[in-house]
Amino acid sequence: MSASPSVSPRAEPARELLVARGVHKSFGDTKVLKGIDLTVTEGEVVALIGASGSGKTTFLRCINLLEEFEQGSITVDGDPVGYADRNGTRRRISETRLAAQRARIGMVFQSFNLFPHMTAAENVMLGLVKVKGMAKAEARSIAEHWLDRVGLAERRDHHPFQLSGGQQQRVAIARAVAMEPRLILFDEVTSALDPELVSEVLGVMKDLAKSGMTMIVVSHEMLFVRDVATHVVFLDSGRIVEEGEPHALFRNPSSDRLRGFLGRFTDIIGDITTR
Amino acid sequence: MERTFLGEFLKARERLFEGFLTTIEISSLVIVIGLAAGVIGGLLLVYGPKPVRFLMRVYVDVLRGIPILVLILFSYYGLALIGLNISAFTAGVVALAGFCSAHMSETFRGAIDSIPAGQTEAAKAIGLTFRQRFVYVLLPQAARRIVPPAINTAVEMVKGTTLLSVIGVLEILLATQQAIARNYMVIEFYATAMAFYFVLNFSLSRVGAYFERRFGFIKY
Repeated sequence: MSASPSVSPRAEPARELLVARGVHKSFGDTKVLKGIDLTVTEGEVVALIGASGSGKTTFLRCINLLEEFEQGSITVDGDPVGYADRNGTRRRISETRLAAQRARIGMVFQSFNLFPHMTAAENVMLGLVKVKGMAKAEARSIAEHWLDRVGLAERRDHHPFQLSGGQQQRVAIARAVAMEPRLILFDEVTSALDPELVSEVLGVMKDLAKSGMTMIVVSHEMLFVRDVATHVVFLDSGRIVEEGEPHALFRNPSSDRLRGFLGRFTDIIGDITTR
Repeated sequence: MERTFLGEFLKARERLFEGFLTTIEISSLVIVIGLAAGVIGGLLLVYGPKPVRFLMRVYVDVLRGIPILVLILFSYYGLALIGLNISAFTAGVVALAGFCSAHMSETFRGAIDSIPAGQTEAAKAIGLTFRQRFVYVLLPQAARRIVPPAINTAVEMVKGTTLLSVIGVLEILLATQQAIARNYMVIEFYATAMAFYFVLNFSLSRVGAYFERRFGFIKY
């Protein structure tokens, strides 16, 4: 049972924010998720790691129903995402209700996906004005606040094509955070960036984690995962193989799969557990 | 008394002017109807339920595959045979608008389809509804891609109105031919008709160029 909303979150430190149970998903005949169970408590930074094809991005996209899933449930704040049980049959909820659920779940994408016909500020404002129903002036001041926080105060009236990849990704983060979501999903957000631009984006994410934002992060940046994540989940072929606190997990992987996976990074960046 | 072009032109001016107005009237009707139907048709092609998508696909492919002249003759003579007695003017508008809407639907579908899927996903992720995603995210980006092919289609439609002379609609070409039948000034009068069409179509392409500039800032 989920906690009653009347209870103050302070009195209850480990409040469950996201609960996934038995999530199954197939693309045609290929099963990509074979029963994912995951609980994320408020303020946690959960990193999903694993080889490509392990299902981590697919699972992330199921959380705000960018991918539909056939079995299982994901609840955010006690509200089941995307589907409702109607007389024993599982039905998609209405477009309007789904949109309202999505507004409470932020997402940042690998390829930024900024709206090219809008300035940085307008990108951040769109959801505030159209979804939250704010006045333009109010939305603008919130947009400016967040663009300032991600270090782009001077770029707010630039269009995406006038910004570097790292700057575009920071605008995308501002766009997600400004909506004041309950949690934010990060889908390999540094994979499309030049190496020298990665740190500026990771820096913004670190600040966000410190501020107490609940985050679920799919990432190959193992040092970032080790230092920022509170919980690491290792997926392999659509299943969670191992999970735990990052330092402990990286030091003593109990499965061969995780040992093999981490070994690939050791070759590139040295021993993750000691550096 | 020797005939001069000016004298003959003045004699024919009322018919020519009438033809000019008819050409503009039919062109405007066809382009406006075609564009409106094209927006709806394009939406159905992208988002419609499967049977509707299939029917739209058939409509678009069939109409685009038939010569306009055949469509015009069919709508004038064919519809009369099944009891729909419509004027040549109406038959012409129906045929051209049908053709135009098929092209515009396809243009519109292509423009929406060519917008990266990430745009829709990002719009979903911030909580926009279907209508909001379409109006604020997809349509402004599609507009820029629609303008050049839509202007092409519009220009083709203006040229296509000349085919209506075959079923007796008094547009510029038929008015010109009637004048020539009286005075045999072939070069002068056809040149005049050409000038009319050029002015019309050049204006259209200037409008297109304006809108292309207007949306030109959208870059990826």
